[in-house]
Amino acid sequence: MQWETVIGLEIHTQLATQSKIFSGASIAYGAEPNAQACIVDLGFPGVLPVLNEAAVDMALKFGLSINAEIGERSIFARKNYFYPDLPKGYQISQFELPIVGKGSLTIDREDGSQKVIGITRAHLEEDAGKSLHEDFHGMSGIDLNRAGTPLLEIVSEPDMRSIKEAVAYARKIHQLVVYLGICDGNMQEGSFRVDANLSIRPKGEEALGTRTELKNINSFRFLERALNYELERQIDLVESGGQVVQETRLYDADKDETRSMRSKEEANDYRYFPDPDLLPVEIDSARLESIRQGMPELPDEKRSRFASEYGLSAEDAGKLTLSRPLADYYESTVAAGAEPKMSANWVTVELGGALNKTGLELSESPISPEQLGGLLKRIADNTISGKIAKQVFEAIWSGEGDADSIIEARGLKQITDTGAIEAIIDKVIADNPKQVEQFKGGKEKLLGFFVGQVMKATQGKANPGEVNKILLGKLKD
Amino acid sequence: MQNQTIAELGAGLRAGEFSSVELTQHFLQRIERLDGELNSLVTVTAEAALAAAEAADRQLETGESSPLMGIPIIQKDIFCTRGVKTSCGSRMLDNFISPYDATVTQRLLQAGAVSLGKANMDEFAMGSSNETSYYGPVKNPWDTSRVPGGSSGGSAAAVAARLAVAATGTDTGGSIRQPAALCGITGLKPTYGRVSRFGMIAFASSLDQAGPMTHSAEDAALLLQTMAGFDEKDSTSANEPVPDYSEGLNDSLQGLRIGLPKEYFGEGLDPAVAASIESAIDVYRELGAEVKEISLPNSGLAVPTYYVVAPAECSSNLSRFDGVRFGYRCDNPRDLEDLYKRSRGEGFGPEVKRRIMIGTYALSAGYYDAYYLKAQKTRHLISDDFKQAFAEVDVIMGPTAPTTAFGLGEKVDDPVTMYLNDIYTIATNLAGLPGMSLPVEPANGLPVGLQIIGDYFAEAKLLNVAHRFQQETDWHKLTPEGFA
Repeated sequence: MQWETVIGLEIHTQLATQSKIFSGASIAYGAEPNAQACIVDLGFPGVLPVLNEAAVDMALKFGLSINAEIGERSIFARKNYFYPDLPKGYQISQFELPIVGKGSLTIDREDGSQKVIGITRAHLEEDAGKSLHEDFHGMSGIDLNRAGTPLLEIVSEPDMRSIKEAVAYARKIHQLVVYLGICDGNMQEGSFRVDANLSIRPKGEEALGTRTELKNINSFRFLERALNYELERQIDLVESGGQVVQETRLYDADKDETRSMRSKEEANDYRYFPDPDLLPVEIDSARLESIRQGMPELPDEKRSRFASEYGLSAEDAGKLTLSRPLADYYESTVAAGAEPKMSANWVTVELGGALNKTGLELSESPISPEQLGGLLKRIADNTISGKIAKQVFEAIWSGEGDADSIIEARGLKQITDTGAIEAIIDKVIADNPKQVEQFKGGKEKLLGFFVGQVMKATQGKANPGEVNKILLGKLKD
Repeated sequence: MQNQTIAELGAGLRAGEFSSVELTQHFLQRIERLDGELNSLVTVTAEAALAAAEAADRQLETGESSPLMGIPIIQKDIFCTRGVKTSCGSRMLDNFISPYDATVTQRLLQAGAVSLGKANMDEFAMGSSNETSYYGPVKNPWDTSRVPGGSSGGSAAAVAARLAVAATGTDTGGSIRQPAALCGITGLKPTYGRVSRFGMIAFASSLDQAGPMTHSAEDAALLLQTMAGFDEKDSTSANEPVPDYSEGLNDSLQGLRIGLPKEYFGEGLDPAVAASIESAIDVYRELGAEVKEISLPNSGLAVPTYYVVAPAECSSNLSRFDGVRFGYRCDNPRDLEDLYKRSRGEGFGPEVKRRIMIGTYALSAGYYDAYYLKAQKTRHLISDDFKQAFAEVDVIMGPTAPTTAFGLGEKVDDPVTMYLNDIYTIATNLAGLPGMSLPVEPANGLPVGLQIIGDYFAEAKLLNVAHRFQQETDWHKLTPEGFA
């Protein structure tokens, strides 16, 4: 039987606010347990939530970026359930009238085609704390630092038909929220977590199969592996006569498997109702307009601009716009006077490679875009060759200064004086009569040997184009 | 000294006739002597009170002081008080020492009021007789075999017995007005949002409102002046300017349009109470008011609506009492579920459990539309009734409660009859309107309260209407025998 995979994702993005969504406590990562939990976060008797407007603005930014419907009114609701890391016994979330309504996002498929993925909604909510099950001698510890951290939960339609599409969609959302500056995107610290709903159905069938939900996946690699495991599990199950049960499953990265957390029957009745402690959020057009004004250029726009403005291939434009800092770096390099295509190559290959090798982030690069631009200018104006440029690049990387001063200090300036090059070539020809004879006898491969000899004699500084031209002229005489 | 009003005591303090320490000691001695029988206080904070009184005396000496400077009051034990047990009348919070002050508490203390202690109350403010308190029932000083009303029964009894000059209360369905009526004092429930709810332990968030409980409207004005106002810590508090509540107390009532809802004078109203209310209305006629009958056609929906909305909200609000972070925790829990079940099972009393169960049911999948959603709709109908009424009249008057104080234990096993005690007060909470109760001619030898309902933010008008009545009558000065 041919099976079709159906996937929908719920992505929790932690918003990059200064403080929590309903209290003034900090949300910085890594503090001592419970050091960042105030009485509001602890759900003390009598405390009340006060909405952090910055979280609303961030959600609206996201809504605008996916062309979503945004209502004039949005309300918070309580999702009621008991758990020790949920201090109030309810989570303040949204049910009816979420802040962001229907929108969509276009992803690129591997074959180069595009697909529009529907986004059902995105709503604001507070995160819960963390239960720590080790180190407490059979008891559990509770860390409520994370309780009240603002989350935007982005819910997709079940529009993805392959695991690759699901991963591409998750990556695209990640890229978008980081671009928008509303999420730091740090998956290890849990700033971006994915719940995946997967079901299968016979190819051609319209009705959806029973889905399972995979919870809290915090890397794209795990997402792919968890979905692969779950897809195979479901196919095996159905093909051996079984039935998929609607349930929540947990992906165990260590064992690379998913296992049941709770079934539909065990699921809570969350008893959602509007939170009477919070007023409805009124969103007027002026607020939306001012957020629209502050929107950065989005990845897709930037990519097509890079292609048209700098004459880059779609692939290069895509690579360079993967993140805002990289795109900014590239544009600063070009602004420093470098040729755009050459810049694209150097930023992705040379700089990218060097960063990778040293494990540095782009923000930590020892070479500034201005320095790189200064170097590339010297290739373009024939001061140095591409090969010498790599040496200069390394020297800048080690902090020896700018391209021009390094070229000067090391005497790397390319020899473009035809007379000087000719003299060296004459000497090389005179020194290697046997090879000259062979060349003339038809062994034209030997041209490389002569170029090499000239370069050796000039320490690589001769302009390779000139060398080739003069050598050929003289050898074919 | 105990029979004087805030205004009179304030004048005495400022004139140096007596000090706040003397005044505080006087009331503390009365509490020690008289509260054993009444049980109106859960906690007496004598030491802190005397320290606050000393500070107030120093401030009074500078000549710069506020009307509440050095005035001994009592706080309902629903307001979080830093460093002091804040029990909310429940075993669940019997061990809870609040790490912070409620906004109301903070404002009163900042104004120089001296807090003598924390008043007994129905558990989590759920009750109309003060019999659901973990600390035992409060007795009505007018007849100690009777209830003081609830849930602010401790506050009402303490003020009636002159254990303090004033008290704070909270009102979710009548919890300030009904005990004020049953104990013969003046109580005001402000417009929803007028007073911050921050630090006031929530029962039903969309209905709860704090207010003053005093001997007179004049005192209520002074207390409300300090309590009211926008609080950035409470999103539902109103960002409306607070008027000077004392300024218009003596305004003429000539031409005041009073509406008497016919639904408030029907079946179930004790004829003796009705007669007292009628004679109070006559006083207003003499003061130049125009009285007309009006209708609030959806009044019958108030109690059923309330008993869906309030339990629904409380079922969620009380989820935080889980034995994990504060409050009661059962002994030796076997596992998490056992911890939850026994902590909540042992920590909450029967009335609280009943309401949590009703509310949980009303919010459950499959019942939500039939109960919670329908209740929201009927709530709108009730609000609309008032809106139409206030197009015709300035204030609405009627009885606060259908009967005078009933006997201890009389209704405790019959929740529905108990709930009907709030039949006239609940609608104003559902609509968010301000309501007031003031003592009129007693009936059956017991106090009777006249309820005055105003339009949104019409507290100044209510206080004016009540004050003028108290200028004409002395019912608010009656003192229960044995507590004079």
